[in-house]
This record gives sequence, C-alpha cells and structure tokens, in this order.
Amino acid sequence: MSEQQHTSTASRPEAVIAARDLTKRYGKTSVVDAINFDIAKGEVFGLLGPNGAGKTTTILMMLGLTEISAGRVGVLGFDPARQPLQVKRRVGYLPDAVGFYDHLTAVENLAYAAKLMGLGMAERSRRIAAALTRVRLVDVADKRVATFSRGMRQRLGLAEIIVKRAEIAILDEPTSGLDPQATIEFLDLIRELKAEGVTVLLSSHMLDQVQRVCDRVALFRAGKIAMMGSVAELSVQVLGAGFVVEVEADGAGIARRLAAIPGVGNVETLADDRFRMTADRDVRADAARAVVAANGALRRLSVDEPSLEAIYAHYFQATPSGGVRDAA
Amino acid sequence: MRREGSAFQGVGAVFVKELSDNISSVRMLMLELLIVVTAMAALYEAIAALRQNTAEDPFLLLRLFTVSQAPLPSFVAILGFLIPLMAIGLGFDLINSEHNRRTLSRILAQPIYRDALLLGKYLAGLATIAISLTALWLLVIGLGLIFLGVPPGGEEIARSLAFLVIAIFYAGVWLSLAMLLSIVFRSPATAALVALGIWLFLTVLWPMLAPAIAQAIVPPDPRFAALGLDTPGTAIWTQLLQRFSPNDLFGEAMLAVLSPTTRTLGPVFLDQIRGAVMGAPLPFGQSVMIAWPQTVGLIACTIVLFVAGYVLFQRQEVRA
Repeated sequence: MSEQQHTSTASRPEAVIAARDLTKRYGKTSVVDAINFDIAKGEVFGLLGPNGAGKTTTILMMLGLTEISAGRVGVLGFDPARQPLQVKRRVGYLPDAVGFYDHLTAVENLAYAAKLMGLGMAERSRRIAAALTRVRLVDVADKRVATFSRGMRQRLGLAEIIVKRAEIAILDEPTSGLDPQATIEFLDLIRELKAEGVTVLLSSHMLDQVQRVCDRVALFRAGKIAMMGSVAELSVQVLGAGFVVEVEADGAGIARRLAAIPGVGNVETLADDRFRMTADRDVRADAARAVVAANGALRRLSVDEPSLEAIYAHYFQATPSGGVRDAA
Repeated sequence: MRREGSAFQGVGAVFVKELSDNISSVRMLMLELLIVVTAMAALYEAIAALRQNTAEDPFLLLRLFTVSQAPLPSFVAILGFLIPLMAIGLGFDLINSEHNRRTLSRILAQPIYRDALLLGKYLAGLATIAISLTALWLLVIGLGLIFLGVPPGGEEIARSLAFLVIAIFYAGVWLSLAMLLSIVFRSPATAALVALGIWLFLTVLWPMLAPAIAQAIVPPDPRFAALGLDTPGTAIWTQLLQRFSPNDLFGEAMLAVLSPTTRTLGPVFLDQIRGAVMGAPLPFGQSVMIAWPQTVGLIACTIVLFVAGYVLFQRQEVRA
C-alpha cells in the first residue's frame, strides 16, 4: 500500500489515467511491455502505431476486459482489475469496428446499453434522445441498425458514450473505414466532447486526423512506447526541427537578418529572393518583422507545420521494426 | 480477494432482451411449429387409440403422454427426441454470435460482469423453452378434456407437472451443452454441427453401442441364452452404459412418473418383488422417488456443463 501512495503522489495530480510498468504477456511474448504514461484530465491523447503494437491490448487492460500480467494502471483513481464496475461506469468505450444488434433500432440498441448502465426509464429516454440529436441520428432513430452505414454506426457508438456521460471516452480506430466527410464530422464530435471536459483517448492509423485533434500522442512500437509528447515536441525529437518557414522577399541582407532570429537553425537561400529556414518554433512573425526592418518587400511567408506523417515515416524507417505482430 | 459489486447486476436487462429476441425470432417459430405439429400428430393417434377402450383406467390422462400407436412413437418419446433439437437451436450461437457481430466488447464495457451476460442469456433460453413446454402441456390437458371427456384427477395433474419440470431440466442439459460449444467454437456453424453430432450420437447411436460394449465387458452366458433370458451381468452393464445418455435418463424418469405401475427401472431379483401387487399403481411420492436419481443426474449434468462454459468464458479474450 505504501508503494501505491508513493506513485500516486509522483504522478501528476490531475492525471485521470496513470499506467506504471503496465505489461501484458501471452506465454513468453510481451504484447505490452512495461509502458508508463499519464493522461491529464480534459486532454485528447492519441495512441499511434502499427497493427499489433499493443494499442488495443492497452485499452482493454484499462477497462478491465483483459488481465494485467504485471504493473498497474489507475483509471480515475480506480484499479480496473479490482474495481471494474467503478471504472466501466465512468469510462465509455467505442471498440474497433463497433457492432450493434442489426435487428434492433438505434433507440433500442442504446436503450439496452442504458439499461445495463442501470439508468431508469425516464432518464434513459431523455438521455438517448439528447445523444441522438447530438450525433445527428434523430432522423433514423427508429430505423434498424442493419441499414446503417459505417459512419452512422460509429456515431451511434459515440452516442452510447454520451448517454453514459462518460468522464473518459476511449475510441479505438474510430475513423478507419470512414469517407472523408464522415471523418470530418466525427472529428468535430470528438472536439465537442473535449470542449465539455471529457478526456479522450484515441487510437488510430490515420495520422493527419490524429494530428488534427490530439493534444499529445504516444507512438507504440512492438509493445513499448517509443515516443510521447505533442506533435511539435516529437518533430523536434525525430526530424531535428519543428518548423520550416519559407520567405519570399526582396531586400538586402535578408538571409543574414533571418538567421539572427532566435530559434532559427539555419537559412537556405533557394533563389535570390527565396529563403527556407528551419526553426524550433513558429517564427513567421519574427521573420516578417526582420524583412520589414530591412526595408524589404515581403511577398510570401509560409510555414510547413510538422506533419505527424513525416515523423512517423521517418521514425519507422530510421529504426526498422523487429517483428511486428499482426493484430488478431 | 472479493470483487466489488454484484455479479448479477444487469442479469435482468440481458434476460429481457434475450427473451424478446428468442420469442420474436423466426428460428423459434420454426422450432415451435416442428414440435407442435409432431406432438399433435402423436397425441391425435393416442386419443384415437384411447377412445376405443375408455375402461376403468384411473390414469387415462397420463396415457395420452405414453400411448404409442404405430407408426408414430408416443408423445413423450417425441419430446425426448425434439427437446434437445430446440435447446440446441436456441443455444448454439449464444456467445459466438456476440463475437461475430462485434457487440461483445461494447456490451462488456458497460458496468456489468461477464457472469450477467452468460447467466442472462442462459436463463432466457431456458425460459423460452419452459414457456413453450408449458403451452404444450396445457394443450395436451385441454385436448384430453375435450376428446376424452374425463376430468383429470389431482394425482394425474401432479404427475404431469412432474413431467413438465423434468422436461425443462432435460432441456437445460442440452442448452448448457450448446452454450458451452458456442463459447468453444468461434463459428456458429461449427458449434451447431458439433452439438447436433453429439445429439445424434447420444440418441441414435449410443443405445445401439451400449449393449455391444456391455457384451464385450460381460460376454452373454449361453445357459441364460438357452432359457431365452438376458445374462444379468450384461443387462446391468447395458443399463449402466445407456444411462450416460441424458436421453435415457429422461426416458426412465418419464416412465416412472407417467406410468404409475412402474416399480423399478432396473433388473430385480424375484425375491425383491415378493409380496408386491403387480399391476397396482404406486403412490405419487413413490414414483417420484424412483425417478429421483435420474432427475438429479439431469440437474447435475446441466450444472457441470454450465460451469465448464462459465469458466471458459471468464478466461476468454474479448477482442475479436
């Protein structure tokens, strides 16, 4: 018990999920190998990585749906292995390729889940109506789920989390297989959840989407967390610099002045009037000021934001994986 | 360490949902039609046979269940054959369909234990069968009243109620078996085929195999054969082996409960029945005592199979 006291004070006070040396073994192979992370209240946290890297297993351990081999995970201060009902009452889960009972309507499916949550009848119908409105499924509320598209099913799954009024929403590959329009709508719903103070844990392959909604990401690789942090932090770690700013301007000595801006790594001269600088922060404002100070004519100022895709590709190319397991 | 909360939280919700699914399903409709049509045919034959000689048989109503008129077997024999089919039909995809529809992890992420899902589904299946059998039982009593015109006595009702209860436990055995297979096999088709294979083996092949095995264990004595009698050792072994089939247990229990003159289910020595008034009916309590070991066997079999499924399900990975 004293040990538990120790780690709970060591982790950040606002952490809603805290994993310490969390491990899952099947036989001798470790699918999840002693990972550590803290997720703060209200943030959107992304789990990234190839199939079989241990993302779903980590999620299942957090919900108490699979046994933990070693280590510990605390969810809202509860131990999912010992107090699964407390955890599951407060955490909503949208599984990968979520399924519903096809012969029941959207409302009936939600009502069944709400009954299992222990909600009374009046409360149930009120919350279900509100949730279906939010995910824009009111028109099809009384249609059988068999007729639903993939995107509608995902939204229905999100409605279930809304009905639960979950403090943490765990979404496993929520946007895989969705068309671009459905994806954008779904990401908007995730942002709405975040705005309400719900902590969102998201696992995905879709890197640009993860980048659009996540505050921080963890890069999984063969059961370990290879890297963790905001996209900007990761890009500094992997690509060396975070931001690439291109300046198109006339004027004397602009390259020198640009190089003098704090945080700028180097300045390449692409043409007489075009320069590319790499910096560890967004230096566009400083660059504009520098050009104006040199009495130059600023024609274009663009920034390539660090892309998670570049980071991911760079990282997994640089360190070839040793035996990536297929997802079951 | 004790787990927090009740293992039964959510059983009610699962039970109600599964029961309504069962009752409204086309599959259930087909099974009910099959049973009702075959049972009615057997009953019609029985009524036709009984109307020929409505003598002073004190248990006329019970004859409805047991009288067989070629080519149809008796009502009870048909039920003994068809109840397993109904239970397997309801149970073979209880768990693996949840896996295949990918609903299992979503349902188990609700604040319930796995126990609730398993128990709710099992009880809903058993309740569905119990409702059908009760309806069938009422039909038999009703038809008996209409066509025979003899009001049933209290003991007849008691005996036929005992029949109903034992039939439900018999269905429980097969439902447990089907559920166990639905946990073991991820594909419903495999589970159904294995369940039907076991059912055919135990109801059709085993009654033929058991005497053969018994003869291998205790070869028939030619001296008994010369007298046209069964060798006692072989007969005892045959019965022992046959009792491994739930079908046989059900048949023996039915014989004891529905035929009041049944005094024993196994071979007896002559001195054991000295003083017995042959052909006189036993009191209800005594008949139940004769059927009791078979009934306990059925209940025990149900529990063992259910527990095996329960343990496997608790240890199973939820991810598809």
